[in-house]
Amino acid sequence: MPFIPHTEEEVKEMLDTIGVKSIEDLFDEIPEALRCEGLTKVPEGLTEFEIGRVMRERADQDAYRLCFAGGGAYEHHVPAAVWEITTRGEFYSAYTPYQAEASQGTLQLLYEYQTMMASLTGMDVSNASLYDGASSLAEAVLMAVRANRKSKTKRILMPRTVHPNYRKVAYNIVHNQGITLEELDYDATSGVIDLNSLPAEPGDFAALVIPQPNYFGSLEEVDALTDWAHKHGALVIAVVNPMSLAMLKPPGEWGAGNYSASDSDVVGADITCGEGQPLGIPLSSGGPYFGFMCCRQAYVRQMPGRIIGRTVDLDGKEGFSLTLQAREQHIRRSKATSNICTNQGLLVTAATIYMAVVGPQGIENTAEQSHNNTQLLMAELEKIEGVQRVFNTPNFHEAVFKFDLPLDDVIRSLAAHGIVAGIRLEEDYPELGNCLMVCATETKSEADIKTFTQTLETTLSLLQSAASPVQPKTA
Amino acid sequence: MLVFEQARQGRVNNAQSVKKDNMINVIPDKFKRNKRPLLPEISEMQAVRHYTRLSQKNFSIDTHFYPLGSCTMKYNPRACNQLSMLPGLLNRHPATPDSSSQGFLACMYDLQEILKDVTGMYEVSLAPMAGAQGEFAGVAMIRAYHDAQNGGKGDPDRNEILVPDAAHGTNPATAVMCNYKVKEIPTNSDGDVDIEALKAAVGPQTAGIMLTNPSTLGVFERKIKEIAGIVHDAGGLLYYDGANLNAILGKVKPGDMGFDVIHMNLHKTFSTPHGGGGPGAGPVGVSKRLEPYLPVPMVVENSGEYHVVTEKSRPQTIGRLSTFMGNAGILLRAYIYARLLGREGMHRVAEYATLNANYMLHSMQKSGFEIAYPNRRATHEFIVTLKKQAKDLGVNTMDFAKRLLDYGFHAPTTYFPLLVPECLLIEPTETETKQELDDFMAAMVEIQKEAENEPETVTTAPHTLPVRRLDDVRAAKELDLTWKG
Repeated sequence: MPFIPHTEEEVKEMLDTIGVKSIEDLFDEIPEALRCEGLTKVPEGLTEFEIGRVMRERADQDAYRLCFAGGGAYEHHVPAAVWEITTRGEFYSAYTPYQAEASQGTLQLLYEYQTMMASLTGMDVSNASLYDGASSLAEAVLMAVRANRKSKTKRILMPRTVHPNYRKVAYNIVHNQGITLEELDYDATSGVIDLNSLPAEPGDFAALVIPQPNYFGSLEEVDALTDWAHKHGALVIAVVNPMSLAMLKPPGEWGAGNYSASDSDVVGADITCGEGQPLGIPLSSGGPYFGFMCCRQAYVRQMPGRIIGRTVDLDGKEGFSLTLQAREQHIRRSKATSNICTNQGLLVTAATIYMAVVGPQGIENTAEQSHNNTQLLMAELEKIEGVQRVFNTPNFHEAVFKFDLPLDDVIRSLAAHGIVAGIRLEEDYPELGNCLMVCATETKSEADIKTFTQTLETTLSLLQSAASPVQPKTA
Repeated sequence: MLVFEQARQGRVNNAQSVKKDNMINVIPDKFKRNKRPLLPEISEMQAVRHYTRLSQKNFSIDTHFYPLGSCTMKYNPRACNQLSMLPGLLNRHPATPDSSSQGFLACMYDLQEILKDVTGMYEVSLAPMAGAQGEFAGVAMIRAYHDAQNGGKGDPDRNEILVPDAAHGTNPATAVMCNYKVKEIPTNSDGDVDIEALKAAVGPQTAGIMLTNPSTLGVFERKIKEIAGIVHDAGGLLYYDGANLNAILGKVKPGDMGFDVIHMNLHKTFSTPHGGGGPGAGPVGVSKRLEPYLPVPMVVENSGEYHVVTEKSRPQTIGRLSTFMGNAGILLRAYIYARLLGREGMHRVAEYATLNANYMLHSMQKSGFEIAYPNRRATHEFIVTLKKQAKDLGVNTMDFAKRLLDYGFHAPTTYFPLLVPECLLIEPTETETKQELDDFMAAMVEIQKEAENEPETVTTAPHTLPVRRLDDVRAAKELDLTWKG
């Protein structure tokens, strides 16, 4: 019996203590008619060796791809120490640190994590994580509506340059509460929000969401956008890639703050959120990752999720505990800031160890090399006939290219060569038909980039010659 | 000591990355960071030692008996972790075409089928990332269903969700997130839902009811069919909170009880790691009438090939709840666990979890502890109330809980459910030996003696942990959430 340690003799002793004859008797309060007949679709049990073989066969089927896709999940090197320590049983199999005295390891680590994230984003405080990037934006939207005391509105200005799935998730989670997300288009040439397109009569928005880098990898005019929002009484929700912050201005410093016509000239985003995956979390088919959220001190009581505080014990000795729990569902029930219960503790454990192992120099090197490699890839792609770069603004480590030949065929052929070509944008951006978004992090060597571009060239010429003699390509 | 206090400026780990010259950098100055973030500058060994030492300050399932009620802290098989982290699975990008992902997708499809079987539901989506998100998905589907009635005009007067007063805090919080009013239904003295109160509460305003069965009181709701009838007759739907599925796995299917939608906590019943507070995984299962609303993505099989389906082919879906495919790596662990247990292993989980709980209930009752529902059969968990100790000895539940830590046991859940004063909710799980249960109960008897003879030993516990009781008031008043050097 897998994972059940009872011997027959023990079972008998236990039943005697209870005063019943069989284990079956313990289910006598369940109405007979409800008892199930047995399972049919669950296969028979396997030994560890047998399931090991099944899993290895399946894993090998999907292994050894050369991946140039990003789109919110990025392949970075993860130091061996990170998951060796993270999967220690004391981290892996502990629960939410309700008994603080028996959870000081997790609690101190989370306090260190909060410090690192606040510093990386340039914000005052951080929570101990949310589910993932998309759901962190949904929570940030809810929080902004609660926190913006100047305006009673439930309208949020949501640029189309925010990750399409983040926008969908935010809508799915908040729309039942009467919150509306109003789209803000981007400039077709630059691929960033057009400052001239910001509403002239802005009306009443609880917040403006600003992605940096945006979904296309391009850099938004974050200072001007932040000032615009604050001038019009809207909060700023920054959505950022934490890896990029090793190079880019942190949201806490966005904006000049020197605009007029406002009672409080403030610098910086009010809430910062995003996907923590680049910090030591493997791609793993999209999860588990972790969402992060940081904010101004003034809004900390509106922030959802676990928050850890440093305090002292009876002897005055330093210690750590869950704090501000009065915001949470297990205390406030229907009046809680969110229904959120778990965070992504294990992933935050990995991210904290990651940041400690690589340090400020390591994260900077990784970001710079990812930026560099993407520029190299872009230069190679621009040499290929039938492939054009779409946006002309500076970018971090992703870029968009338009193909003359049908993109689905290109992606399929490259997949057959073991290459994940990138992300197809058409489904979410109909105006970007036949456009592919690529990314080359520090894990892609010059040789990898050559493999990609050479395979692509071969593929394109094969597709071209297959297409042209029979039927000349139209548009 | 904090990790930052061990740092020295200029210390770098060249094994991880090397500063390269002549890097292309097209980022204009106005976008650049000008001050480095406060990340520790320590050696790799310092980091390994620091976090290994921190880990040693934790209680965990791997090191301690952890009978946290309603949390199902059972053994997390190591095979599930190791096999879910095979390189082919770990390095798969979520945007990889289906044709290059057949191994992974096969696991997801198989898990959907397994969960359909154990819950008796018509269809399952693995999308939600935690129990609370599964709850959200469930109630959002109930809303979507009502909104689609009357030829799409909806049923706007159905604005109320019923929640028993014994429910988890997430239930009312979730109902509010879906813009429902919450009405609490009282529990009778036997721990069952008060049927008369329920009858009086339902009406044309009832959108549904959220129920946990077995309830958080550690008893099986015997009149579940009657409750289902009352709510369905009023036009409402039944939501099953799967927090306590471990108690009935393979014995009763929520689908057979009349539930329309359920969420499962895979980090409980399917033994995926709790990870210091997550990640979880909260798949949802539904009856046929709610099938169109399931959250995406889902995996379908067509003549031996697996495909991911999204909003495009499921227009009525409540949509996606995560950027990619939920907590995929956790779903893999649950799948491996389910295959290890197999068909014949599922019902044993419920049987031995129930055996352990009832054995403890009777043993503790014999030792003089007061059981909250002594006339009921325990399910996989049960409640002890220490209200006499609190009143007569001045030693309360929190004191017992803290003293248990000194004896090397994680405390059971304290002060939940809110209905029972001074309560301990004890869930031993099926993976614990009789010996471990006996040792825990012996410690409880010892603490009882201490409470009678030297109460301050208990009221000032713990004495042997890295810290003593913490000043939570100060933590909340003088907020110190980041290290400032």
